[in-house]
Amino acid sequence: MPIQYYIVLAAALFCIGVVGVLIRRNAIIIFMSIELMLNSVNLMLVAFSKMHYALGNAANTGTPVNVGTDAQLFVFFIMVVAAAEVSVGLAIIVMMYRNIHSTDVNFLNRLKN
Amino acid sequence: MVYLVPLFPLLGFFLNGLFRNLSKSLVSIIGCGSILISFIISCILFFDVRSGGALPVHPLFPFINIASFKIDFAFQVDQLSSIFLLIITGVGFLIHVYSTSYMHEEKEEHFARYFSYLNLFVFSMLLLVLGANYVIMFIGWEGVGLCSYLLIGYWFKNDNYNYAATKAFVMNRIGDVGFLLGIFWLLSKLGTANFNDVFANVHQLSSTDITGITVLLFIGAMGKSAQIPLYTWLPDAMAGPTPVSALIHAATMVTAGIYMVARSNALYSLSAVAENLVAIVGIATALLAATIAIKQNDIKKVLAYSTVSQLGYMFLGLGVGAYTGAVFHVMTHAFFKALLFLGAGSVIHALHTQQDMRYMGGLKKYLPVTHITFLVACLAISGIPPFSGFFSKDEILAAAYSANPIYWVLGVIGAGMTAFYMFRLYATTFLGEFRGTDEQKNHLHESPLAITIPLLILAILAAIGGFVNVPEVFGGNAKLHEFLSPVITTEKTFQLTSSKDFMLMGISVAVAVIGIIIALAKYIKKPELGEPQGLGKVLANKWYVDEIYNALIVNPLSYLAIFFKNVIEKSGIDGFVNGVGTFVQYSSRRLRLVQNGKVGTYILLMVFSIVLLFVVFWNQTNIIDFFQKIF
Repeated sequence: MPIQYYIVLAAALFCIGVVGVLIRRNAIIIFMSIELMLNSVNLMLVAFSKMHYALGNAANTGTPVNVGTDAQLFVFFIMVVAAAEVSVGLAIIVMMYRNIHSTDVNFLNRLKN
Repeated sequence: MVYLVPLFPLLGFFLNGLFRNLSKSLVSIIGCGSILISFIISCILFFDVRSGGALPVHPLFPFINIASFKIDFAFQVDQLSSIFLLIITGVGFLIHVYSTSYMHEEKEEHFARYFSYLNLFVFSMLLLVLGANYVIMFIGWEGVGLCSYLLIGYWFKNDNYNYAATKAFVMNRIGDVGFLLGIFWLLSKLGTANFNDVFANVHQLSSTDITGITVLLFIGAMGKSAQIPLYTWLPDAMAGPTPVSALIHAATMVTAGIYMVARSNALYSLSAVAENLVAIVGIATALLAATIAIKQNDIKKVLAYSTVSQLGYMFLGLGVGAYTGAVFHVMTHAFFKALLFLGAGSVIHALHTQQDMRYMGGLKKYLPVTHITFLVACLAISGIPPFSGFFSKDEILAAAYSANPIYWVLGVIGAGMTAFYMFRLYATTFLGEFRGTDEQKNHLHESPLAITIPLLILAILAAIGGFVNVPEVFGGNAKLHEFLSPVITTEKTFQLTSSKDFMLMGISVAVAVIGIIIALAKYIKKPELGEPQGLGKVLANKWYVDEIYNALIVNPLSYLAIFFKNVIEKSGIDGFVNGVGTFVQYSSRRLRLVQNGKVGTYILLMVFSIVLLFVVFWNQTNIIDFFQKIF
């Protein structure tokens, strides 16, 4: 499959994530949108890794060093980090709900002063 | 050794200036002692120079050092500067001694302030004559200007005195601009300001350069030595204490211009324009000031105008090429003018600050020492042989005759007026009946020794000072000419037959004697000096020169200043500055609303900024082209 498909899909996912962060007020939805952006980037990472492996093989007749899977290792790392981040973030959201009985981020404008 | 000469007055300045609570006797010892030590060293230097020629120039440290452009802080002691050293420190010392008594009624801190200024004055003047290049000379040049300002405004509680001090300072600054431009011109053409280098390389300058430089330097001398048109500050400088006037008029300050022109004789002698300018300005000043002096009633004002007039003679001498004659006249003038001022100070002291001659008279029997010494000074300034003024004035007049007989005629007329106003002063002050109040009469007394001893020393010098340079017609050998010849290389030699020389002398002495006789005959009998009428009134008001200057220069400038203050500054500069402030306040008040605490807004701004950055990044070549087209 051409690389453009992956790029378009990832860009669409990223934009959905950005728009979600911008227009939603529920902290949990915002969190999900952030995850969406993160995963669109992951998708690009994997796709480009595979593409460069293919281009490298076409130019170079020697034995390949890997099969284009090293980006997948990074992606797993990112997922682990994201999971850790989610646990912290959700904990914050839970505390926020306990305090103000809402998950609306616009209530949290006390940082202003 | 050379550096010790100005060092001691500087030390005296710091000691007296920083520790103002010292007792009066200690202040006097520091003030006079520092000058005395300088005088002793100056004497040693003088004899060194006399036996071994000019001392080598040793730079103390580089004053300005930029690539190939180098100006050293160096002192030069040669024949010319050693004579000036003797005059400055010698007469300066006598004036210091005199001041200890004259200023004794001042409070301690003001007494110390007075002496510290006086020492700084002498220091600046020493720097001026010792400097081995025009830049060091300029430092001293500015220093004496500053000190004259400080000392003229010494009694700073009187607004008129402050005005006089400011006037002196501003007038001097006008001249200094010319002097500074002259130095710059010289530096740009020759790249050096050292006297020796400049005079050795004079041939590299075009005649335009020489004329420009000398005229600009002469403008500086006009300011410092009180010549037309910058002379009006000197009579006003009488606001200071009398010994200060003596110091300014005799030993320091006003002789700076003469010294500078005499030092630059190698330049001046190459420019006929500058020489004529110097001579014409000199003789015009001599005559104008003499006419004003005839009708002044303030004893110090008469002396002030006589100084201006005598300085005019010196410039006449410089202009016709009699450089030695001018230096000689500086020397004799230092003696008799210091004596005149100190004598006038003694009179004022005896009369308790009365300066108006109309309320004096008959002081001959109350102040015998002052009277005798004053008479000697009057005879000397009038040019009566064998007193010192005769020799020096005659030398200038003889040189003027050989340059242009018109100068001589005008000079003799001026000499006659000099004799007339000096003896008018003498007659109204010392002869006749006392015209002051009875209380003053009861308190009349001769001044103490600290005042009379300097008077006596100066009287001896004023009487015999002329014999250092007896002209050849009298069988003398013109020692001063011989002594100064290494420095003054371009002295114009002139040959007059001895009979003609005697005739010229005879005429000038006869004119002076006639002036004296008229003055005595007129003012002994009826010395009451009423309000002058007609021409006398014009003269008493100094030809209205001050009024003309005020109308032409001072008032337009102050109106311009008022206009700038009220219109340009208020609406222009203030408007701009306040406008910047208002704009910043307004825009920040608007911009503050962006920080509303909502996370969404922040993120939105962030996203927009990132998008903007990407757009700029992709189009940077277009944007750079766009800006290059605009600017």
